[in-house]
Amino acid sequence: MGDLLTLAFTSFLVQNIILSQFLGICSFLGVSNKRSKALGMGLAVFFVITLSGVVTWLIYYKILEPGGLTFMRTIVFILVVAAMVQILEMAIKKFSPLLYGSLGVYLPLITTNCAVLGVALLNIQNNFTLTEALVFSAFTSLGYTAVIVVFSYIREQMLKAPIPEGFKGIPSGLIAASIMALLFKGFVGLI
Amino acid sequence: MAKKKKRLTPKQNIIKGLIKENPTFVLILGMCPTLGVTTSLENGLGMGLSVLFVLILTNTLISLIRNIVPSEIRIPVYIVVIALVVTMLEWILQAKFTDLYNSLGIFLPLIVVNCIILGRAEAYASDNTIFDSIFDAIGMGLGFTLGLSTLSFVRELLGTGSVQLLGFTLFETSVAATFLVQPAGAFLTLGLIVGIINTIKVDKAKKKKAIMDIKIAAALKIKAAKAAAALAKEELANG
Repeated sequence: MGDLLTLAFTSFLVQNIILSQFLGICSFLGVSNKRSKALGMGLAVFFVITLSGVVTWLIYYKILEPGGLTFMRTIVFILVVAAMVQILEMAIKKFSPLLYGSLGVYLPLITTNCAVLGVALLNIQNNFTLTEALVFSAFTSLGYTAVIVVFSYIREQMLKAPIPEGFKGIPSGLIAASIMALLFKGFVGLI
Repeated sequence: MAKKKKRLTPKQNIIKGLIKENPTFVLILGMCPTLGVTTSLENGLGMGLSVLFVLILTNTLISLIRNIVPSEIRIPVYIVVIALVVTMLEWILQAKFTDLYNSLGIFLPLIVVNCIILGRAEAYASDNTIFDSIFDAIGMGLGFTLGLSTLSFVRELLGTGSVQLLGFTLFETSVAATFLVQPAGAFLTLGLIVGIINTIKVDKAKKKKAIMDIKIAAALKIKAAKAAAALAKEELANG
């Protein structure tokens, strides 16, 4: 249990997927200019990563490894992720139109979010058990959601600041992200 | 299905990828590997060349099949093609360049979801000839390589104090800010480089506008003078 807690904490804060692993940067910079957008994207990513993390783990250890097909993992995983996103989109549309209204537009974008494929591959690379893979996927994606939401607040405030013309938008966002990454380095001491 | 566009010559196509639409500094695409692997020049170059290789193959293949694939399912088909090429690259690197394979780590399979590759497939190769698509891929790939090597060169030089390439030491300084090879340094360096490039662009646009303003003012003056002259002539003729 203690190990799982450590793993959860590490994947959530210390090894944060955006600020120290550099996965999912495109969407991090792309949708973080508005609070509502960031929250929508963050939640959609949370669902997809947690589900696909477990499903790809099962496929890898139950089908690919016994069949000696581990070299196919990149192709299989990306297909699983794409299928997952489609199924999730249809399911949400059917069962919760309200949720679909807020998450719908972000779902198709997630297939090419490197965080999703990245977490699926990291689960395998780190030789996790199924429980560990579940905890790792869930907390990593929660870390993504947390950082993207906090960052969207910062960017909304930055709009009010007098920033030189050339640094407006992405460059100043990157510099703010750099300061956030420095702050997150402080969490290393907690473990 | 696409609107008629002017065809670029191979040279123009390559320059477009390298400078005008540089994927790293202008389009801001493919940020994950850009920030993740640029701790050393060798890794940056390795990643850049890997993407160049994948991009040339995928653009060629997708341009080849562009008329066969129904447009409703084109994105999944493109992703499968890209995943196939990336898997091939993984085998090649694992067999021939094991060091590079190990240091790129997870970012190597993640080339599959690199926005540049799917982006070029969708925006260019899906409605251009094979010949044009190959040059577009070369331009974009070289542009990405240029972006990564610039970023990794700056980070390695200032962060470790020396730059290594293929076992040679290119530069050596006595001071080093380790901060720059850490994650926070990646964001900072890229932010500064993009900011400087944008500032130069803004300045250029301002200068252009200033020159245009002067030209317009001059043209207006000439026009006014001409009108006055014509008026004077008319008055002279009249009386």
